[in-house]
Amino acid sequence: MELDSLYQEVILDHYRNPHHKGLSGEFDVQVKHNNPSCGDEVTLNLSISNGVIKGISWDGVGCSISMASVSMMSDLVIDQQYSRAVEILNQFTSLMQSKGQSKGDEELLEDAVAFAGVSKFPARIKCALLGWMAFKDASSQAME
Amino acid sequence: MIDLTKYLEDFPILQRTVRGGNRLVYLDSGATSQKPEVVIAAESNFYRKHNSAVHRGAHLLAEEASLAYESARENVAKFIGAEIVETIFTKSATESINALAYSFSNSEPGSKFHLKSGDEILVSEMEHHANLIPWQQLAKRTGAKLRWFEVTPEGRLDLSKISELINKKTKIVAITHQSNVLGSITPLSKITAAAKSVGAIVVLDACQSVPHFEVNVKKLDVDFIAFSGHKMLGPTGIGVLWGRQSLLEEMPPFLFGGSMIDSVTMEQSTWAELPRKFEAGVPNMAQAVGLSAAVDYINQIGISNIHEHENQLTKALLAGLAHMQGVKVIGPTDLTERGAVVSFTVDGIHPHDVGQVLDQYGIAVRTGHHCAWPLMRKLNVVGTTRASFHLYNSISDVEKLLEGIAQVQSYFKVNK
Repeated sequence: MELDSLYQEVILDHYRNPHHKGLSGEFDVQVKHNNPSCGDEVTLNLSISNGVIKGISWDGVGCSISMASVSMMSDLVIDQQYSRAVEILNQFTSLMQSKGQSKGDEELLEDAVAFAGVSKFPARIKCALLGWMAFKDASSQAME
Repeated sequence: MIDLTKYLEDFPILQRTVRGGNRLVYLDSGATSQKPEVVIAAESNFYRKHNSAVHRGAHLLAEEASLAYESARENVAKFIGAEIVETIFTKSATESINALAYSFSNSEPGSKFHLKSGDEILVSEMEHHANLIPWQQLAKRTGAKLRWFEVTPEGRLDLSKISELINKKTKIVAITHQSNVLGSITPLSKITAAAKSVGAIVVLDACQSVPHFEVNVKKLDVDFIAFSGHKMLGPTGIGVLWGRQSLLEEMPPFLFGGSMIDSVTMEQSTWAELPRKFEAGVPNMAQAVGLSAAVDYINQIGISNIHEHENQLTKALLAGLAHMQGVKVIGPTDLTERGAVVSFTVDGIHPHDVGQVLDQYGIAVRTGHHCAWPLMRKLNVVGTTRASFHLYNSISDVEKLLEGIAQVQSYFKVNK
């Protein structure tokens, strides 16, 4: 079914058991992002030191796609150099804009290539990008 | 039982298939309705045969266009029991409400529309953003205070504090006729009586009522109503603002420009008679004509038949949902003072995911906060899934939705 390309099992796993969810008291930057069209919200706490993403914790409400995406994004960028994290972010963003034409770079995105199917559903791309945009905002503020 | 099945074939869009090769089960009429062929043809025929700027020009087309546009006004006015000069075309209900709020802003001190610090504007927690933000911002511009009726846990307007909320300071009461989320219909007479006793202006957001049941402005005892064409089988780009003639005459215009003037010099201008005083610029003529065709179409079926048909569907859906484990209706669960909009949540599944799976079965619903974010917060839900009906829906659509929700639950493996 077409739907299975959207709701990959790994996405539903992250939705049911999200990683790094629950805000940590220690952070350098906190951002809140929302999606005004559907009401999804995420608050993201970021710690960064010597150009390395030291920690991400987050909380939020939203659909399976948005919540699983924040969870997987956190897994991917924690302990990465900022420049590498941006590379991953850009790769994910272009995957979302691929209209179903790209499978994604598995070396960079690992399990997050499961979101490739989302790019075929225009209304869901914003869901998948919510946490990534929060990370982009927080990390660029931290690096200023 | 009212049977409107024969009218389905009048809607071209219902003939197409959607995702999964399914027939379209369109349950999003609360957002916008589908259009019958006669409306599409009326709009297109205007462009094909009569297109010309109304109220200008010395040629045949200008005459025909003006006649078509003014006949549309007459037809719409009659539909809501209004006088012709009181019926103003706008581009949308949103514009109608903003036009009021800005006209009030433009009024001189001493006018009954003039607001200042110490005055109060009363809305409710169940307002669509279109009947909340214009008033919230008017309050900010003028120093008036925005107050609101709360909503009960059952999803009804809480009138228990009405005598405190409608007081001598209340200048405007802006309220929805029917919640676009909960389906609950506002008990208007209590509100209009209280408003009248303190001389407050009552503005009614009739977007969810005019398309679905009889609305007669003479019986309602309100001062202004706003509604849109596209929710009542008509085109987008056309809305209506109705107001009492004496108030419209006293109220300053909001949009200035061509058509709305009586005379103009470099220094000053005077305004045209109603309704043109509030219709600056070349209006959405083809859309007004399309709306008039929609009114004819509704009249042919009978608005009371449409209402009864939608009631039957709502009753069937509420009964079906009541039997489903893990599904909760957000809003009244009985048919008393309730329209054909049913919001619900499914335990363990976000509305967006509910809507996505339903879409796979050809079922089009609305998900999210429905432009009523404060209401979602009050009800402590992130959003809802909403099914809303119009005359072209059938009992089979209700069955499809109920089956679809069961599919959603099994797809996400939630415990029923």
